Amino acid sequence: MMTLSIKNATKQFGDFTAVDDISLDVAEGQMHGFLGANGAGKTTTFRMALGLLTPTQGEVLWQGRRISYADSPDIGYLPEERGLYPKMKVQDQLVYLARLRRMDKKQAEQGAKDWLERFEVPHYANKKVEELSKGNQQKIQLIASLLHNPKLLILDEPFSGLDPVNVEMLKKAILDFQKQGATIVFSSHRMDHVEELCDDMSILDKGKLVVHGSIREVKRTFGKQNVRIHSDADITALSELPGVEKFTEQRGGGVFRIADEAVGQTLLARALELGPVRQFALEEPSLEEIFIEKVGRVHV
Amino acid sequence: MYSFWIIFKQAFKTKAMTKSFMITTLVVVASFFLLANLPSIIDSFDGDDSSQQTLQVVDETGQYTQALQAQLDQQDSAIQLEASTLSEEQLRSDVEAGEMDAYLVLGGADGITARYVAESATESAQAAELENALQSLQTAQVAEQLELEETELAQLFAPVEMERQALAESSKSQEELSQARGLVYILIMVIYIAVIYYPNMIAMEVANEKSSRVMEILISSVSPVKHMFAKIVGIGSLGILQMMIFALAGYLAIQSSGSDLTEGVFSVMGFSEVKFSTFFYAILFFLLGYFLYAVLAALLGSLVSRTEDVQQLMLPMMILIIIASFIAFSGISMPEAGYVTIASYIPFFAPLVMFLRVGLLDIPLWEPLLSIAIMLLTIGILGWFGARVYRGGVLMYGSSQSLKDIRRAIKLGNEK
Repeated sequence: MMTLSIKNATKQFGDFTAVDDISLDVAEGQMHGFLGANGAGKTTTFRMALGLLTPTQGEVLWQGRRISYADSPDIGYLPEERGLYPKMKVQDQLVYLARLRRMDKKQAEQGAKDWLERFEVPHYANKKVEELSKGNQQKIQLIASLLHNPKLLILDEPFSGLDPVNVEMLKKAILDFQKQGATIVFSSHRMDHVEELCDDMSILDKGKLVVHGSIREVKRTFGKQNVRIHSDADITALSELPGVEKFTEQRGGGVFRIADEAVGQTLLARALELGPVRQFALEEPSLEEIFIEKVGRVHV
Repeated sequence: MYSFWIIFKQAFKTKAMTKSFMITTLVVVASFFLLANLPSIIDSFDGDDSSQQTLQVVDETGQYTQALQAQLDQQDSAIQLEASTLSEEQLRSDVEAGEMDAYLVLGGADGITARYVAESATESAQAAELENALQSLQTAQVAEQLELEETELAQLFAPVEMERQALAESSKSQEELSQARGLVYILIMVIYIAVIYYPNMIAMEVANEKSSRVMEILISSVSPVKHMFAKIVGIGSLGILQMMIFALAGYLAIQSSGSDLTEGVFSVMGFSEVKFSTFFYAILFFLLGYFLYAVLAALLGSLVSRTEDVQQLMLPMMILIIIASFIAFSGISMPEAGYVTIASYIPFFAPLVMFLRVGLLDIPLWEPLLSIAIMLLTIGILGWFGARVYRGGVLMYGSSQSLKDIRRAIKLGNEK
């Protein structure tokens, strides 16, 4: 069953079109990643999904109907602009925000304690938020978004501004939360995070949906591959071969982008003619390449 | 409704727990006790001075000192006369040297002459008291010389009976009016302060939530309208609690001071014939005024992104309240003026001005009821309008410092 479905959603602010005719579905229990440059329309899409904004055209449905405040207990949201009460104590704050989403007080108190322990910050329970570092505030913010066990969790840039250790900790928490059955939508401009965590993904550019589907499918339909060759000889000349779209030189060799798999074999044969090949690999393109290709081309 | 109570409790609790709230409450309560006990506090200081109230007298006739002392005692004066053994020359140099405050020279064969000599004119209170006593003494002496009867004397000094009669039906009798005036004045002051103080609190609170960006989480959890009204009711309840603390403190302070509300200063304030309805209307108009301005304040608070900008946007609202207070305070001396009557039906002025009218005049019941209905209607319209602005305003960030942003906010709210 499709839990979250965006149908031809368009959002205009005056003359400016923030989101332009987007359609996509997120299946229950899936993790969906939104990629896009700043101002691509990710936050507006999320706000429409949450019912904070109404689409100019089209609609966003959750389990077949528009999200309303009656669904509040089932939805968790981590806004891109982080916000907590600076002067309120961490524990009180978490309990208050969970109770606003109609969680039971006792459960909220216990839940907050458990999550703080899981994120290795139980000693912050009675500290004011303003006394915490940015990274720790972000942990609190994430707890606030999922403490009440939502079925749909929307995370806007959950990992920005965190050190690698904390990124891993939060990733793990989010993955575990998905395993419990939650549907998760998140945005990022870090391709590697999306690649690592998501089943499905979308790329937004200037309000338009340019790529959308499962990661594997997206990579396959991209229709391009990378050929990595490391050789003792200088293989730069091979980039002149027909079928090679791009060559990136690296130490001890280089990466050729090709559209046709057969070209890979030709490249290998020619490289062997030049000298001994130490490494040969046919690689899938990274999301980053796809992103730059798709979004970059639109810009040109 | 559940989340309404959560926000309500939160708004109430966090504000009640702030240091500024507690300190304000304590300072006001303390000042009540201080003011109520001021006379006895002053007396206790005066007690130390009483020995210095002894006044050296040079009595040239030798017969007035005792009579004057008797007269002074009768006037409850603290001045003790003491026939001086020193010469006037000696006394004068003592006063000049600052060793003595003042001295009195009495003389005259028929009719008393007196000379009060002091370093400066600051001792004039004592001089006035003496003059008073001497006047009485003189009157008594002259009456004795003229062999006037006691009744003749009484006739001579009988005060004129002048009564002011008001012809307008609605006006209260002069006596009632002067009694009511003090109380109404104080209550208007209280309402005035309350409709500035608490709505300001709301505007700050809303702006705070916006600037700390917690607002987006809040309104994704709870509808902005519910959030707004829960906050208004929460802080309103806090206001009522604070007012009740003040009222109780005021009552206890007066009790502790031992006066019974009908004497001295308090008689001027009209506590001797307190009308229950005056207090009832005071509470009613406080609540109406509060809700009216609180909705307006929440609306304005939702437009700013930074708390620093709140005051600037609140200015038009403050001007409304200040105009209302001008009309109300000027109306105390002429509550039947036309502009006061008109203002009492204008919603933003009514909380102060209509209260003034019901407090000071005997107006028919439909007049305050009409005014209340107008205010309720305005609160309803403002609430509806405010909710729309609020809904858009809370999502709006940027340099919003003018009322033009209301249009932007409504647009955003409508698009919602």
